Amino acid sequence: MIKTIRPKLELLSRRFIEKIIDEAYEILDKQGIFVENKEALKLFTQAGMKVDKKTSRVHLKRRLVEKCLATAPSVIKLYDRTGEREYTVGGDEVHFDPGSAAVRILDHKTGEERKPDTKDVVDFCRLTECLDNIHFQSTGLISADVPHPIADIYRLYIGLIFSRKPVVTGTFRVQSFRPMKDLLAAVRGGDKALAAKPMAIFDACPSPPLKWSNLTTQSLIDAARAGLPSELISMGLTGATSLVTISGTLVQHVAENLCGVTIVQLAKKGAPVIFGGSPASFDMKRGTPPMGAIETMMIDAGYAQIGKYLNLPTHAYMALSDAKTNDAQAGMETGVGAVLGALAGINVISGPGMLDFESCQSLEKLVIDDEICGMAYRLISGIAQRDEPIATDKFEGYTPETQFLSMPHTKKWYRMEHLYPVIADRDTYDAWVALGKKPIAQRAAEHIEKLLRSNPPALIEKDVRTELTRILTAYAKANGIESLPALP
Amino acid sequence: MKKEELYAKMATAIIEGRKSEAEDLAREAIKAKLDLTEVIEKGYVPGIQKVGELWEKGDYFLPELITGGECMKAAMAVLQPELDKAKIKTKSKGKVVIGTVEGDIHDIGKNLVSSMLSANGFDVVDLGADVKLEKFIEKAEETKADFICLSALLTTTMLGQKKAIELLKQKNLYGKYKVLVGGAPANQKWSDEIGADGYAENAMLAVKLAARLKGA
Repeated sequence: MIKTIRPKLELLSRRFIEKIIDEAYEILDKQGIFVENKEALKLFTQAGMKVDKKTSRVHLKRRLVEKCLATAPSVIKLYDRTGEREYTVGGDEVHFDPGSAAVRILDHKTGEERKPDTKDVVDFCRLTECLDNIHFQSTGLISADVPHPIADIYRLYIGLIFSRKPVVTGTFRVQSFRPMKDLLAAVRGGDKALAAKPMAIFDACPSPPLKWSNLTTQSLIDAARAGLPSELISMGLTGATSLVTISGTLVQHVAENLCGVTIVQLAKKGAPVIFGGSPASFDMKRGTPPMGAIETMMIDAGYAQIGKYLNLPTHAYMALSDAKTNDAQAGMETGVGAVLGALAGINVISGPGMLDFESCQSLEKLVIDDEICGMAYRLISGIAQRDEPIATDKFEGYTPETQFLSMPHTKKWYRMEHLYPVIADRDTYDAWVALGKKPIAQRAAEHIEKLLRSNPPALIEKDVRTELTRILTAYAKANGIESLPALP
Repeated sequence: MKKEELYAKMATAIIEGRKSEAEDLAREAIKAKLDLTEVIEKGYVPGIQKVGELWEKGDYFLPELITGGECMKAAMAVLQPELDKAKIKTKSKGKVVIGTVEGDIHDIGKNLVSSMLSANGFDVVDLGADVKLEKFIEKAEETKADFICLSALLTTTMLGQKKAIELLKQKNLYGKYKVLVGGAPANQKWSDEIGADGYAENAMLAVKLAARLKGA
């Protein structure tokens, strides 16, 4: 059999990659980078770096960063809630997860964006659990019916109860890491077991240009020490918070991420860290950060290629749209992003379900995007030879009456070779009319109802749930919050 | 050079974003002992107004808009010591205390608004980013401000806008200042909900909003 090619997208030559990395090192050394976290600055000082305590600026030497790169794992194993299913984050593996931390949900019934509540978050987690092409869940909706101080931990709590999938999450406050880690440890049965089989990724965003805030730096340190992977989310906006050129933005992106890798490795040698990001091509007319812009996706594919060159797992915010509703733009931008991200071999792709500059989740879009992700997976699985010979034996005894439909060859391969979508319209015109000329969002909404009805919630074991509730309630009480919404 | 010719050059320098030329022309006006209030109103102001118009028409994008604002500020910085010396008070459209609320270090949107307000004749006290909510109020009291402008980029920090208004209420200062909110997660609904006086979609609309509220 001839080996199947895994189709790949590469935008940078090796020489170009090395030049970008060289310039990033030069900036980290000469201009330095601001790290507004005392513990990290102490780690840098101990590692022999020049630190200006007054300005929190550290001048990073290439030799230290390279040493840290050498100890960062190139492949991370992530496990689901049961601890049985293993996911490889590395190489050219691709895992989609819903775009994270939306503050609004697109209400299908009204067609308007509104604030999500507990029920929405539960439906979102249950739905994610049902979608085969969305490998990870994410704390992708912020419930507005709980007070702000527990908003970050609350969404993780619901996710762990209602879905088995590994979860992409993050902290909103420094003090939230501990109880969030405790929830995860309760699922696994202890801190050690959690470190051995991590089931969550913690996102941490530097603040462009060249700054790591106290919150996100602390998250890197805490996650590293708990053995949980951090995802570095640099997010330069071309011409606004980074240089306007794509290559210039890449230099800054690499510099910020390299600093992140260094913090993680200094906090704990060998701790898992993912080279990610959420940069955007800044719209010079409207001042918005379009995630669906082709240049945004080019930056993503570019830094991911550099991350691979550095032997690190990669991540990007792709397969999402800036449209405000499930229209052609939503499909167009999501489709292009999912396909390019998969071709670029980006390991974690956060985006499905998202609209409106990462601020809004749509359950209908999540279902549509699951199908888009399925197309992307099919594409990267490539064209396989399947049979030896490919065709000649099938044409032996060929007559005009030969039936392909009834051939054993067809039955053997048709489900492996082709996808049969549920949401995309493949009806004839008359059938489409007879079915009520339903737009895609409506077909998706109906499919959601069916999925949620036919799939009972993937609830966590009762005793673990009791423990999770105990941790959440204790943390809520410590923050002066006495009551929490009831869960379905 | 005739006065009118000089004024036209000043406007052009702002429109085309040539900072050193805008400054040189200001020095020239001082040397020629021109009426500096007139210099500002007939030379520079028409320039920045034109920049705003071109932006609204869609000919200019943010880089031209922000450069125009910076040229304006640079020219004003040359003129200011002379105005002070002659004890001439320029007509301020209003005093603004602006900043990004605590916990949020994003300042690009705030800088745009700050720059456009100051270029358009407002007296702006820019407190920077990650500003304690008490600080906004202290500064507004101290400078007898008309406006408090609160910026937030994060959904987590936008609550600071609400808290600032609650703080004003606690101190019995609610209503004394016009409170304007802005930033990616904010919108008119949010502004209404928290009892702010207004929200603007972009920097030029913020200038218009402030002018309208001051006029009212």
